[in-house]
Amino acid sequence: MNYAGAAQVKALPHVSRKEGLARSIVKNGALYFMILPGLLYFVIFKYLPMFGLVIAFQDYKPYQGIFGSEWVGFAHFERLFSEPMFLTILMNTLVLFFMNLVFFFPVPILLALMLNEVRQQAFKRIIQTMVYIPHFMSWVIIVSISFVMLSMDRGLVNESLVAAGFEKVNFLMNPDWFRPMYIFQIIWREAGWGTIIYLAAMASIDPQLYEASRIDGAGRFRQIWHITLPSIRSVIIILLLLKIGDVLEVGFEHIFLLLNAMNREVGEVFDTYVYLAGLQQGQFSYSAAVGFFKSFVGLALVIGANWLSKKFGEEGIY
Amino acid sequence: MVQDKSWGSRIFDGVNLVLLAIVGIVTVLPFIHVLAGSFTTVGELAQKQLVIFPTEFTLDAYRYIFTTNTIIKSIGVSIFVTVAGTIFSMLLTVLMAYGLSKKDLRGRGSIMFLIVFTMLFNGGLIPSFLVVKSLGLIDSYGALIIPSAMSAFNLIIMRNFFQNMPEGLEESAKIDGAGSWSILFRIVIPLSMPAIATISLFYAVSYWNTYFQAVMYMNDAAKWPVQVVLRQIVILASALTADTSGWAGEDVLPPAQSVKMAVIVVATLPILLVYPFLQKHFAKGALLGSLKG
Repeated sequence: MNYAGAAQVKALPHVSRKEGLARSIVKNGALYFMILPGLLYFVIFKYLPMFGLVIAFQDYKPYQGIFGSEWVGFAHFERLFSEPMFLTILMNTLVLFFMNLVFFFPVPILLALMLNEVRQQAFKRIIQTMVYIPHFMSWVIIVSISFVMLSMDRGLVNESLVAAGFEKVNFLMNPDWFRPMYIFQIIWREAGWGTIIYLAAMASIDPQLYEASRIDGAGRFRQIWHITLPSIRSVIIILLLLKIGDVLEVGFEHIFLLLNAMNREVGEVFDTYVYLAGLQQGQFSYSAAVGFFKSFVGLALVIGANWLSKKFGEEGIY
Repeated sequence: MVQDKSWGSRIFDGVNLVLLAIVGIVTVLPFIHVLAGSFTTVGELAQKQLVIFPTEFTLDAYRYIFTTNTIIKSIGVSIFVTVAGTIFSMLLTVLMAYGLSKKDLRGRGSIMFLIVFTMLFNGGLIPSFLVVKSLGLIDSYGALIIPSAMSAFNLIIMRNFFQNMPEGLEESAKIDGAGSWSILFRIVIPLSMPAIATISLFYAVSYWNTYFQAVMYMNDAAKWPVQVVLRQIVILASALTADTSGWAGEDVLPPAQSVKMAVIVVATLPILLVYPFLQKHFAKGALLGSLKG
């Protein structure tokens, strides 16, 4: 996408800008007035919190406020790196990320390849309609339905296990089941939706390529391997890099719902830790420092991923 | 187009169709199970593992829901937040997007940069919480609307839409002496209804689905939206029954399975009702959005 707006401003002659802006405001007052409420929103709810990150370097006390609290430099960051919890949440985040990469990332590609091979358009549309549904459901609904089905108390899965002669499994509390449950829910909610971008890329493949390969005697699998997959290669690489740029974003709203006293050890990630330390234990400065660390690393990773994708000769994202 | 009629190709098609049908059914089966279960007696639910069609049809679960104050109230809160929030969001988004769609407007580039940057970096949970708190929004419905009123992504889509409108339309109105406001409301908005409807749905779905804002900003349980109540009676209650110690010595019973299912259905229904429309328009949004990540 083209966000070249910032570059445009630079291209203007620098001297006349200030005077030009004033004149422009007089001339286009109505337009600026339309922009104003939205701009205020971004300033208050996006930029004010960024400014509020200074409390990560303070010993913030609510009654003293940002301007009255004592400065402590990097003390909170030092504490974060020396906490044993730091390694735990870093590990948990990385494990969930790699599970995403290995067990989720290929699923939409596979599903899109299968859908792309369907010739009966009506059938294809019906399946698409079915697999897109969960994407629109909130995480509360996705997790609620899973819990109803996995519950020890007359849940579908446990009742079926008993009927088949197995023991009940405490999916919801057993830490060993946290990660599989997490990844299954992601696949259920997002696999179908994830096919859209691949299907769009596949739709633009020239049908003559398939016809030519058929005349050469290529079967369906070879067509997929030699035509379809190479054609969506750049889309796969871009999405993969985007995913890597988002290592630390493993889905806060989702994980928050799955966490309980028993599975914290495997489920705690940066965002949930910020919530715990900040809003539940009231350590505002420390948790702001944790959040700052995470946002900062996240920003560096996104920029790095974008740089890499350009380097690979694919189109950058920003 | 030459059709490949070889046996290998036909078997491929057959297997592919069967596998896809299975994927489709497995995806929607949990919803059907919950929907059917909500209309089933507790006895039937206990007997069968999977209910696809209730044989002992009953409305007990729904009757129960509508006698509780909490659940009814929370549905009301969700409807209010969704409607009021969507209107508020659209007002801000349309006005700002229109202003920013004027290519020769001074400062436009800087403002766009400010907006795009918020997609890359944010102050995070705690500073945002402190801002909302210092504005006195805690425990007010405004906390569920105002802090999430605008999405940079929706704004950019809207702006791109306005930008791609033919300029001639506005030019003639300008010659007739119309100002920016009347051009926007008399010409641009009526011509942009499909885009406006799409973005409204984007916002409405996210307002209906929001729960974490309420967990953070609403201490007063009487003001919770339905998603939070759902979390309370299904997710937290399930965790408690699994951890039996939490219930020991208390005479409160966790809600029966069919009541949980009925609450899920109520929270899901509005989304399912607009789903056909969503599917049609969201696909386009997803193609733009996937690039944003």
